[in-house]
Amino acid sequence: MARTMASTRLTLPPLLIRFLVIAGLVGLWEIASGSGWINAFTAPAPSSVWKGFEKIVAEGGLGEAMAITFATALMSAAIGAVFGIASGYILHIWKAAGEAYTSWLAALASAPLVLLYPLFLVIFGRNMWTIVAMGALGCTPPIALKAKEGLDGVKPVLLNVGRTFNLTPKQQFWMIMFPASLPSIFTGIRIGLLFAIINVVGVEFLVNVGGLGQLIANLGDRFDYPQMYAGIFFVILVSVAFFWITEKLEKWLLSNT
Amino acid sequence: MADVKQAPVLRLKDVAKTFVTPHGNVRAVEPVTLDIRQGEFISIIGPSGCGKSTLMNIVGGLIEDYEGSVEVDGIQVRGCHKEVGMVFQEESAFPWRTALNNVTFPMEAAGITKEERVQRAMELLHLVGLDGFENRFPAELSGGMRQRIAIARTLAFRPRILLMDEPFAALDEQTRLLLGDKVLQIQQELNQTTMLITHNIAEAVQLSDRVLIMSFRPGRIKRVVEIDLPHPRSSKMMGGERFGQLVAAIWEDLREEASKGLQELERVRG
Repeated sequence: MARTMASTRLTLPPLLIRFLVIAGLVGLWEIASGSGWINAFTAPAPSSVWKGFEKIVAEGGLGEAMAITFATALMSAAIGAVFGIASGYILHIWKAAGEAYTSWLAALASAPLVLLYPLFLVIFGRNMWTIVAMGALGCTPPIALKAKEGLDGVKPVLLNVGRTFNLTPKQQFWMIMFPASLPSIFTGIRIGLLFAIINVVGVEFLVNVGGLGQLIANLGDRFDYPQMYAGIFFVILVSVAFFWITEKLEKWLLSNT
Repeated sequence: MADVKQAPVLRLKDVAKTFVTPHGNVRAVEPVTLDIRQGEFISIIGPSGCGKSTLMNIVGGLIEDYEGSVEVDGIQVRGCHKEVGMVFQEESAFPWRTALNNVTFPMEAAGITKEERVQRAMELLHLVGLDGFENRFPAELSGGMRQRIAIARTLAFRPRILLMDEPFAALDEQTRLLLGDKVLQIQQELNQTTMLITHNIAEAVQLSDRVLIMSFRPGRIKRVVEIDLPHPRSSKMMGGERFGQLVAAIWEDLREEASKGLQELERVRG
């Protein structure tokens, strides 16, 4: 009983704080917008945004836009993960290249690569592949960096265990190196996903070829800010969905390697 | 206990090792010649830096560039060999695998069917006293339990020779004693030829048929002490008179070498 009370005391306050802070901020926003402290047109009250939600869902197009953004980001992330992990592995085994390029890769990871979109428009044309390429470009450097870091950090004793069991180089990689570096690789994938979604939605916004980015751009052009904020919320929803999938995938991979 | 009439299962002939470093060559191990019989438990004890782990890594196949030869059942081997299993000082249980899946690991790599590997792994977990912990991850277990997983995993490979490099070094004294009893029980049950590296004299006396005392760098076998304590043994015999005599005799030889090791350490750090 005492233990239950103690654990209740420990777990309830953070939950309460979380909801109270959000509720407080939404309430403050409602009051500020309703009373004219902030411009209700550019920053409509949450109640108006809620109506925007209903409208954006009812008017259609949201499902399709979400599906396009989700599929594009997923493809970008998959391509970025393949290239990123492969690059990280090459930089791990080829020590000289690792020393030569790791700092450049770190610089590339923090660079605003979204600005390269005109180049990709020329290469791929004004279609989905430009967006996929931009997303993949954004997420490859952080995944490569964290994959290299993870592979470099595999404890030598674990590799020695593999050697004493006469593992083949392929088994050594898939049965020891890969699972041992998975936490670091997935940290890279999470960061990479963030960049991929920013690039995907950003380029959708700029080149108008569909997806949530284009929907938000159209709503913004129509000065329909309640719906625009609702659209932004759905972008966040896509992000959350990706993080959830990533977490599940990491757990699944760890239990199957 | 080992049968003295048997041919050696492991034979080291003039095994020596020199490391080439940017600061010059370092002679780590002077030629060592040694025979170990089936079912024998030998311990190698010596000061830090005397080359005992180097010797272990040579026998285990992790160091392939050395002088002399290592024979298993009369056949010369170089590199890792299926007849030689190693348990390491550092924690080596795979954190992403459950206790059961850690033990099945070498069998999975060898392509043994799931049914057979699970059955054998369960037997080994029982042998090391981890019944009921099959589905726990290493992070949920104590240091002693994690080390027992590593022992069971190595035994799953069915090695003729088990090498253990200070496997209890990171454990507290009480766990170390209990685990020593467990290792001894397993070794006697399986008649497992075992070679242990340790810093702990009492542990060496408790577990071994022979204790090899190594000199400070370059390491060589300074003396071999036959442990004539009766079998079966356990940590309970540590208070006995003969046990104390053996510990004192080993310390007598080791003291001088340990002093040299300490002086070298102070010189390097000073």
